[in-house]
Amino acid sequence: MRRVMNIAPAPGPRMLLALLPFVLVAFLYVLGSAERRAANPDDKLLPPVGELAETVRRLAAELDRRSGEVVLWVDTAASLRRLFLGLGIATLIGLVFGLAVGLLPVAGATLGPLVAVISMIPPMAILPVLFIVFGLGELSKVVLIVIGVAPFLIRDLALAVTALPREQMIKAQTLGASTWQLAIRVALPQVMPRLIEAVRLSLGPAFLFLIAAEAIASDVGLGYRIFLVRRYLAMDVILPYVAWITLLSYLMDFALARLARKAYPWAYVEERR
Amino acid sequence: MKRITSLLTALTIAAGIGSAALTAAIGAASAAPKKEFNIAWTIYVGWMPWPYAAEAGIVKKWADKYGITINVTQINDYVESINQYTAGKFDGVTVTNMDALTIPAAGGVDTTAIVMGDYSNGNDGIVLKKGKSLADIKGQTINIVELSVSHYLLARGLATVKLQEKDIKTVNTSDADIVAAFKSPDSTAVVTWNPQLMEVKAEPGAALVFDSSKIPGEIEDLLVIKTATLKDNPDLGKALVGIWYETIALMQDPGDKGKAAREAMAKLSGTDLAGFEAQLKTTRMYYTPTEAASFMSGAELPKIMDLVRTFCFEHNLLGDNVKSKDAIGIATPSGGVLGASTNVKLRFDASFMKMAAEGKM
Repeated sequence: MRRVMNIAPAPGPRMLLALLPFVLVAFLYVLGSAERRAANPDDKLLPPVGELAETVRRLAAELDRRSGEVVLWVDTAASLRRLFLGLGIATLIGLVFGLAVGLLPVAGATLGPLVAVISMIPPMAILPVLFIVFGLGELSKVVLIVIGVAPFLIRDLALAVTALPREQMIKAQTLGASTWQLAIRVALPQVMPRLIEAVRLSLGPAFLFLIAAEAIASDVGLGYRIFLVRRYLAMDVILPYVAWITLLSYLMDFALARLARKAYPWAYVEERR
Repeated sequence: MKRITSLLTALTIAAGIGSAALTAAIGAASAAPKKEFNIAWTIYVGWMPWPYAAEAGIVKKWADKYGITINVTQINDYVESINQYTAGKFDGVTVTNMDALTIPAAGGVDTTAIVMGDYSNGNDGIVLKKGKSLADIKGQTINIVELSVSHYLLARGLATVKLQEKDIKTVNTSDADIVAAFKSPDSTAVVTWNPQLMEVKAEPGAALVFDSSKIPGEIEDLLVIKTATLKDNPDLGKALVGIWYETIALMQDPGDKGKAAREAMAKLSGTDLAGFEAQLKTTRMYYTPTEAASFMSGAELPKIMDLVRTFCFEHNLLGDNVKSKDAIGIATPSGGVLGASTNVKLRFDASFMKMAAEGKM
């Protein structure tokens, strides 16, 4: 009996199926754009593809009239620097504190509830406080990402550590492992794939916090540009920027997924094709 | 493979039909004679008569008189309200003269200003923590909503002390967060508008070094309507002007009725009567249709709009492919058309205010 759940497309049709929704969206966009342009030849809401391409060329290859820089690259560099710094620090904090909270009952008792409470604070709500404490420069933007992402990473990693089989810990101890050795040789390698997964899931929130911080006070960055040109409805700039941000985070996600499978293949043996 | 190709075709056709139906629905909606109109407003001292008029039943009274329905809707974010108007969600919006030029007019939406409500006479200002005069701004980093009327005020101010924009550095800062930003030690200078300006100015050590009272008439608060909608429905223009002057007459009333109206407006804008009246002091309201119409028809307006459009062009606000400040035509009652007469997208029309002045509503 052939069931729907057992019909798997071959690689070729699979590609086609994956492309289909994208083609559909693009098609609807072109239709909508043509329609608005027919009604108003200066419409800015849905610029035609040709105009988008021209704007992208200008953003990526020409010096800006106002700043004298090639804005797309300058914005991307500034934003990625903030993002990597924020995510990197958050990952480090997540790893160290997650291991400690999950492995050491004393640390768990002290920090567990605190992290649980902090993770519930909406970072956007304390933005004015962040400004006053960390200033308006790069620091407050990085801190916003760290505050937004780190508590989730700590909690997720601590849960992963507590879920490790108790027998392993006892066995390692009977073999003479110290707490340090147990953390580094038994717990750490086993939770690394989980950490990478958690960072992958944090990419979206990290970008959200980055754009929010750049929208509020900034002079360069992807979020800065979007919120600046929003003032005169330059969708021909906003739409390519959104696509670019999406592409960047998709590539990061893809790279992290590959890294996890390459470095920890044992964690993915059960994975469905 | 073949099945997938046919699936693709089917979906393409379905999408085509769907969007065609959508087009038809939109077309049908706009073809029917319009009886219902939507006006968007945002919180600003000079625009508070609109929500009050809606609350007090003045909007309904005038709309009923002309047999139409007018919905007055608040939008929380100012730029968003103009974007929504430009995208077609509203028939009219409260806006400044500069933003009317850079957003709807530059976006090809032919727009007519029918009410000259007021001009900012101190509601926008430059505040420094370090320094007592505007010349001290040189070399400072300024928190500002870039490309807004604040930016225009800054450019006009810099010119008075022989400075240029390259002598300073601007950081685009959201108007909602500018008060918190100024409290941070990093921030030494801001340009903003009321009610934020009152908060910023009150910081210890802060000095107001330039404000919009030095450039009277240049930051105007208008009510604009889509030109096509106005042409097809002149009654809408009459009703809106009728609502406006009835409401602001009440607002100016020195007696209890006026106080109650101002109190209600203060509440609607999230402040109290004292705060609202302080902001009114720095707002030059045109309380009578006669003076509003004569300012709009006067010889000053074309000069002001020329300054504004020059600033907008120099800052790329008219669009990146616009090669000259003349690309968009601006029609004023006294000065004819400024710029391209074949592409007039922003019109100042004093005729409705004149009708009100003559009591012909």
